[in-house]
Amino acid sequence: MSHLRFIVPTLVIIALIGVMGYGLTRDPTVMPSALLGRDAPAFAVSRLQQPDQLFTQKMLQGQVSVVNVWASWCVSCRAEHPFMEELAGRTNAKVYGLNYKDERAAALDWLARYGNPFAAIAYDHSGEVGFNWGVAAVPETFILDRHGVVRYKQIGPVDQVTLEKTLLPLLKELESEPS
Amino acid sequence: MFAASAFAQPPVVAPAQEARYHALIVQLRCVICQNRSIADSDAPLAADMRHMVAEQIKAGRSDDQIKDYLVDRYGSFVLYNPRFDAATWMLWLGPPVLLLVGLGIVILLLRRGSRRAEPPAPNAEDVARLLDEDT
Repeated sequence: MSHLRFIVPTLVIIALIGVMGYGLTRDPTVMPSALLGRDAPAFAVSRLQQPDQLFTQKMLQGQVSVVNVWASWCVSCRAEHPFMEELAGRTNAKVYGLNYKDERAAALDWLARYGNPFAAIAYDHSGEVGFNWGVAAVPETFILDRHGVVRYKQIGPVDQVTLEKTLLPLLKELESEPS
Repeated sequence: MFAASAFAQPPVVAPAQEARYHALIVQLRCVICQNRSIADSDAPLAADMRHMVAEQIKAGRSDDQIKDYLVDRYGSFVLYNPRFDAATWMLWLGPPVLLLVGLGIVILLLRRGSRRAEPPAPNAEDVARLLDEDT
Protein backbone atom coordinates (compact mmCIF):
# COMPACT_ATOMS: atom_id res chain seq x y z
CA MET A 1 0.00 0.00 0.00
CA SER A 2 2.89 2.36 0.69
CA HIS A 3 4.12 1.80 -2.87
CA LEU A 4 1.04 3.69 -4.01
CA ARG A 5 2.57 6.98 -2.98
CA PHE A 6 5.22 6.44 -5.63
CA ILE A 7 3.17 4.66 -8.24
CA VAL A 8 0.27 7.10 -8.44
CA PRO A 9 2.25 10.31 -8.93
CA THR A 10 4.57 8.52 -11.36
CA LEU A 11 1.63 7.37 -13.43
CA VAL A 12 0.14 10.83 -13.36
CA ILE A 13 3.41 12.36 -14.50
CA ILE A 14 3.84 9.77 -17.25
CA ALA A 15 0.29 10.44 -18.43
CA LEU A 16 0.97 14.18 -18.42
CA ILE A 17 4.20 13.73 -20.36
CA GLY A 18 2.37 11.54 -22.83
CA VAL A 19 -0.37 14.08 -23.44
CA MET A 20 2.03 17.01 -23.67
CA GLY A 21 4.43 15.06 -25.84
CA TYR A 22 1.62 14.34 -28.23
CA GLY A 23 0.77 18.02 -28.17
CA LEU A 24 4.32 18.84 -29.24
CA THR A 25 3.89 16.75 -32.37
CA ARG A 26 1.00 18.86 -33.55
CA ASP A 27 1.54 21.90 -35.71
CA PRO A 28 -0.30 24.96 -34.41
CA THR A 29 0.07 26.72 -37.73
CA VAL A 30 -2.23 24.17 -39.32
CA MET A 31 -5.58 25.31 -38.03
CA PRO A 32 -8.73 23.43 -38.95
CA SER A 33 -10.89 25.48 -41.21
CA ALA A 34 -13.84 27.14 -39.59
CA LEU A 35 -15.72 26.46 -42.83
CA LEU A 36 -15.67 22.67 -42.70
CA GLY A 37 -19.15 21.29 -43.10
CA ARG A 38 -20.60 24.67 -44.00
CA ASP A 39 -21.77 26.22 -47.25
CA ALA A 40 -19.13 28.13 -49.15
CA PRO A 41 -19.41 31.80 -48.17
CA ALA A 42 -21.29 33.91 -50.68
CA PHE A 43 -19.26 36.19 -52.92
CA ALA A 44 -19.46 37.99 -56.25
CA VAL A 45 -16.35 39.24 -57.97
CA SER A 46 -15.34 39.63 -61.57
CA ARG A 47 -13.71 36.80 -63.42
CA LEU A 48 -9.99 37.16 -64.04
CA GLN A 49 -10.12 36.44 -67.76
CA GLN A 50 -13.60 37.77 -68.44
CA PRO A 51 -13.77 40.97 -66.39
CA ASP A 52 -17.33 41.72 -67.47
CA GLN A 53 -18.58 38.42 -66.06
CA LEU A 54 -19.26 37.63 -62.42
CA PHE A 55 -17.92 34.70 -60.45
CA THR A 56 -20.23 33.82 -57.55
CA GLN A 57 -20.52 30.95 -55.10
CA LYS A 58 -23.38 29.61 -57.23
CA MET A 59 -20.81 28.35 -59.68
CA LEU A 60 -19.55 26.04 -56.93
CA GLN A 61 -22.84 24.21 -56.64
CA GLY A 62 -24.00 21.29 -58.72
CA GLN A 63 -20.72 19.41 -58.96
CA VAL A 64 -17.72 18.60 -56.82
CA SER A 65 -15.24 21.46 -57.07
CA VAL A 66 -11.76 22.50 -56.06
CA VAL A 67 -10.97 26.12 -55.27
CA ASN A 68 -7.27 26.90 -55.37
CA VAL A 69 -6.21 30.21 -53.81
CA TRP A 70 -3.15 31.57 -55.60
CA ALA A 71 -1.34 34.75 -56.58
CA SER A 72 1.35 35.68 -59.08
CA TRP A 73 3.53 37.06 -56.25
CA CYS A 74 3.39 33.78 -54.33
CA VAL A 75 6.47 31.60 -54.77
CA SER A 76 4.95 28.43 -53.30
CA CYS A 77 2.06 28.77 -55.74
CA ARG A 78 4.59 28.50 -58.54
CA ALA A 79 5.95 25.32 -56.97
CA GLU A 80 2.46 23.91 -56.52
CA HIS A 81 1.29 24.78 -60.01
CA PRO A 82 2.30 21.57 -61.79
CA PHE A 83 0.31 19.60 -59.21
CA MET A 84 -2.73 21.77 -59.84
CA GLU A 85 -2.37 21.01 -63.52
CA GLU A 86 -2.05 17.32 -62.75
CA LEU A 87 -5.06 17.49 -60.46
CA ALA A 88 -7.18 19.16 -63.12
CA GLY A 89 -6.22 16.46 -65.59
CA ARG A 90 -6.99 13.55 -63.27
CA THR A 91 -10.32 14.48 -61.74
CA ASN A 92 -13.80 15.11 -63.04
CA ALA A 93 -14.26 17.79 -60.45
CA LYS A 94 -14.16 21.38 -61.61
CA VAL A 95 -10.96 23.14 -60.60
CA TYR A 96 -11.44 26.84 -59.98
CA GLY A 97 -8.94 29.48 -59.05
CA LEU A 98 -9.24 32.33 -56.55
CA ASN A 99 -6.69 34.94 -57.52
CA TYR A 100 -5.93 36.59 -54.19
CA LYS A 101 -4.71 40.17 -53.68
CA ASP A 102 -3.18 40.27 -57.10
CA GLU A 103 -3.08 42.56 -60.13
CA ARG A 104 -5.03 41.35 -63.12
CA ALA A 105 -2.21 41.90 -65.58
CA ALA A 106 0.37 40.13 -63.43
CA ALA A 107 -1.99 37.21 -62.86
CA LEU A 108 -2.79 36.83 -66.56
CA ASP A 109 0.89 37.01 -67.37
CA TRP A 110 1.62 34.29 -64.82
CA LEU A 111 -0.99 31.98 -66.35
CA ALA A 112 0.29 32.62 -69.84
CA ARG A 113 3.76 31.70 -68.72
CA TYR A 114 3.05 28.66 -66.55
CA GLY A 115 -0.22 27.31 -67.84
CA ASN A 116 -3.85 27.59 -66.80
CA PRO A 117 -5.50 24.54 -65.25
CA PHE A 118 -8.57 26.45 -64.05
CA ALA A 119 -12.07 26.22 -65.50
CA ALA A 120 -12.61 29.76 -64.24
CA ILE A 121 -10.83 32.16 -61.93
CA ALA A 122 -12.31 34.63 -59.48
CA TYR A 123 -10.41 37.92 -59.27
CA ASP A 124 -10.28 38.74 -55.56
CA HIS A 125 -8.25 41.91 -55.84
CA SER A 126 -8.98 43.25 -52.36
CA GLY A 127 -8.71 39.91 -50.60
CA GLU A 128 -12.21 40.26 -49.20
CA VAL A 129 -13.36 36.92 -50.60
CA GLY A 130 -10.29 35.25 -49.12
CA PHE A 131 -11.05 36.93 -45.79
CA ASN A 132 -14.55 35.48 -45.76
CA TRP A 133 -13.11 32.07 -46.56
CA GLY A 134 -10.59 32.28 -43.73
CA VAL A 135 -7.59 32.40 -46.02
CA ALA A 136 -4.50 33.09 -43.94
CA ALA A 137 -1.78 32.61 -46.55
CA VAL A 138 -1.32 31.45 -50.11
CA PRO A 139 -1.60 28.85 -51.42
CA GLU A 140 -4.60 27.20 -49.89
CA THR A 141 -6.96 24.79 -51.58
CA PHE A 142 -10.58 24.08 -50.71
CA ILE A 143 -12.57 21.05 -51.74
CA LEU A 144 -16.33 21.36 -51.94
CA ASP A 145 -18.95 18.71 -52.51
CA ARG A 146 -21.67 19.01 -55.12
CA HIS A 147 -23.88 20.93 -52.72
CA GLY A 148 -21.30 23.64 -52.36
CA VAL A 149 -20.35 22.57 -48.83
CA VAL A 150 -16.70 22.93 -47.85
CA ARG A 151 -15.39 19.47 -47.03
CA TYR A 152 -11.63 19.92 -46.86
CA LYS A 153 -9.05 22.68 -46.73
CA GLN A 154 -5.44 22.17 -47.72
CA ILE A 155 -3.17 24.69 -46.05
CA GLY A 156 0.03 25.28 -47.96
CA PRO A 157 1.08 23.96 -51.34
CA VAL A 158 -0.19 20.71 -52.77
CA ASP A 159 2.56 18.18 -53.41
CA GLN A 160 2.67 14.72 -54.93
CA VAL A 161 1.88 12.94 -51.69
CA THR A 162 -1.07 15.21 -50.85
CA LEU A 163 -2.36 14.82 -54.37
CA GLU A 164 -2.23 11.03 -54.37
CA LYS A 165 -3.05 10.26 -50.78
CA THR A 166 -5.55 12.98 -49.87
CA LEU A 167 -7.02 15.05 -52.68
CA LEU A 168 -7.66 12.54 -55.45
CA PRO A 169 -9.20 9.92 -53.15
CA LEU A 170 -11.35 12.55 -51.47
CA LEU A 171 -12.59 13.90 -54.78
CA LYS A 172 -13.46 10.40 -55.91
CA GLU A 173 -15.36 9.80 -52.71
CA LEU A 174 -17.26 13.06 -52.97
CA GLU A 175 -18.21 12.31 -56.55
CA SER A 176 -19.75 9.02 -55.55
CA GLU A 177 -21.86 10.67 -52.87
CA PRO A 178 -25.56 10.76 -53.68
CA SER A 179 -26.78 14.16 -54.86
CA MET B 1 -19.72 46.17 -49.81
CA PHE B 2 -16.16 47.46 -49.60
CA ALA B 3 -14.17 49.32 -52.20
CA ALA B 4 -11.36 47.36 -53.77
CA SER B 5 -8.76 49.46 -51.99
CA ALA B 6 -10.55 49.46 -48.62
CA PHE B 7 -8.15 46.99 -47.09
CA ALA B 8 -5.22 49.15 -48.06
CA GLN B 9 -6.32 52.15 -45.99
CA PRO B 10 -5.80 52.33 -42.24
CA PRO B 11 -8.99 51.72 -40.31
CA VAL B 12 -10.95 54.81 -39.40
CA VAL B 13 -12.60 54.63 -36.01
CA ALA B 14 -14.63 57.42 -34.45
CA PRO B 15 -12.95 58.90 -31.33
CA ALA B 16 -15.81 57.70 -29.15
CA GLN B 17 -15.20 54.13 -30.31
CA GLU B 18 -11.43 54.12 -30.21
CA ALA B 19 -11.20 52.70 -26.71
CA ARG B 20 -13.45 49.84 -27.71
CA TYR B 21 -11.50 49.26 -30.92
CA HIS B 22 -8.19 49.06 -29.07
CA ALA B 23 -9.64 46.85 -26.37
CA LEU B 24 -10.92 44.46 -29.02
CA ILE B 25 -7.86 44.21 -31.22
CA VAL B 26 -5.63 43.11 -28.36
CA GLN B 27 -7.99 40.21 -27.67
CA LEU B 28 -7.69 38.82 -31.19
CA ARG B 29 -4.83 36.65 -32.31
CA CYS B 30 -2.97 37.18 -35.55
CA VAL B 31 -3.28 33.79 -37.20
CA ILE B 32 -0.02 34.23 -39.06
CA CYS B 33 2.23 35.61 -36.32
CA GLN B 34 0.46 33.46 -33.84
CA ASN B 35 2.01 34.83 -30.69
CA ARG B 36 0.91 38.36 -31.40
CA SER B 37 -2.43 40.07 -31.32
CA ILE B 38 -3.69 41.79 -34.43
CA ALA B 39 -2.94 45.03 -32.60
CA ASP B 40 0.81 44.55 -32.80
CA SER B 41 1.28 42.19 -35.73
CA ASP B 42 2.76 43.52 -38.95
CA ALA B 43 1.25 40.78 -41.08
CA PRO B 44 -0.97 42.04 -43.90
CA LEU B 45 -3.74 39.76 -42.75
CA ALA B 46 -3.64 41.41 -39.32
CA ALA B 47 -4.18 44.75 -41.05
CA ASP B 48 -7.16 43.24 -42.88
CA MET B 49 -8.59 41.99 -39.61
CA ARG B 50 -8.10 45.36 -37.89
CA HIS B 51 -9.88 46.95 -40.82
CA MET B 52 -12.78 44.53 -40.52
CA VAL B 53 -13.04 45.11 -36.77
CA ALA B 54 -13.23 48.86 -37.38
CA GLU B 55 -15.91 48.35 -40.03
CA GLN B 56 -17.92 46.11 -37.74
CA ILE B 57 -17.71 48.67 -34.93
CA LYS B 58 -18.92 51.35 -37.30
CA ALA B 59 -21.79 49.08 -38.35
CA GLY B 60 -22.87 48.97 -34.73
CA ARG B 61 -22.02 45.38 -33.92
CA SER B 62 -21.40 44.31 -30.35
CA ASP B 63 -18.06 42.94 -29.15
CA ASP B 64 -19.47 39.43 -29.12
CA GLN B 65 -20.83 39.80 -32.62
CA ILE B 66 -17.47 41.00 -33.87
CA LYS B 67 -15.73 38.06 -32.23
CA ASP B 68 -18.28 35.71 -33.79
CA TYR B 69 -17.62 37.34 -37.13
CA LEU B 70 -13.93 36.52 -36.92
CA VAL B 71 -14.38 33.08 -35.37
CA ASP B 72 -16.79 32.20 -38.20
CA ARG B 73 -14.02 32.80 -40.66
CA TYR B 74 -10.82 31.88 -38.87
CA GLY B 75 -11.92 29.56 -36.09
CA SER B 76 -11.83 29.90 -32.34
CA PHE B 77 -8.03 30.07 -32.38
CA VAL B 78 -8.43 33.74 -33.30
CA LEU B 79 -9.60 34.53 -29.76
CA TYR B 80 -6.95 34.90 -27.10
CA ASN B 81 -9.51 33.88 -24.49
CA PRO B 82 -10.97 30.67 -25.84
CA ARG B 83 -14.65 30.24 -25.31
CA PHE B 84 -15.90 27.56 -23.01
CA ASP B 85 -17.56 24.95 -25.21
CA ALA B 86 -17.43 21.29 -26.11
CA ALA B 87 -14.06 21.67 -27.78
CA THR B 88 -12.29 23.62 -25.05
CA TRP B 89 -13.68 22.33 -21.75
CA MET B 90 -10.60 20.18 -21.18
CA LEU B 91 -8.40 23.22 -21.75
CA TRP B 92 -10.28 25.24 -19.15
CA LEU B 93 -10.94 22.53 -16.57
CA GLY B 94 -7.81 20.44 -16.97
CA PRO B 95 -5.33 22.50 -14.93
CA PRO B 96 -7.66 23.21 -11.97
CA VAL B 97 -8.68 19.56 -11.88
CA LEU B 98 -5.07 18.42 -11.96
CA LEU B 99 -4.27 20.90 -9.21
CA LEU B 100 -7.07 19.55 -7.04
CA VAL B 101 -5.97 15.98 -7.67
CA GLY B 102 -2.42 16.90 -6.70
CA LEU B 103 -3.57 18.70 -3.57
CA GLY B 104 -5.73 15.73 -2.70
CA ILE B 105 -2.77 13.39 -2.96
CA VAL B 106 -0.63 15.69 -0.84
CA ILE B 107 -3.31 15.89 1.86
CA LEU B 108 -3.76 12.12 1.85
CA LEU B 109 -0.05 11.55 2.21
CA LEU B 110 0.28 14.10 5.00
CA ARG B 111 -2.60 12.53 6.91
CA ARG B 112 -1.10 9.10 6.58
CA GLY B 113 2.25 10.38 7.77
CA SER B 114 0.83 12.03 10.87
CA ARG B 115 -0.93 8.85 11.95
CA ARG B 116 2.34 7.20 12.84
CA ALA B 117 3.24 7.23 16.55
CA GLU B 118 4.66 10.53 17.65
CA PRO B 119 7.95 10.55 19.55
CA PRO B 120 7.50 10.98 23.32
CA ALA B 121 7.16 14.56 24.56
CA PRO B 122 10.53 15.85 25.79
CA ASN B 123 11.07 15.75 29.56
CA ALA B 124 12.00 19.20 30.94
CA GLU B 125 14.64 17.79 33.35
CA ASP B 126 16.34 15.74 30.64
CA VAL B 127 16.49 18.77 28.37
CA ALA B 128 18.00 20.94 31.10
CA ARG B 129 20.64 18.31 31.91
CA LEU B 130 21.56 17.92 28.23
CA LEU B 131 21.95 21.63 27.89
CA ASP B 132 24.14 21.84 31.05
CA GLU B 133 26.44 19.11 29.74
CA ASP B 134 27.37 21.24 26.75
CA THR B 135 28.68 24.16 28.73
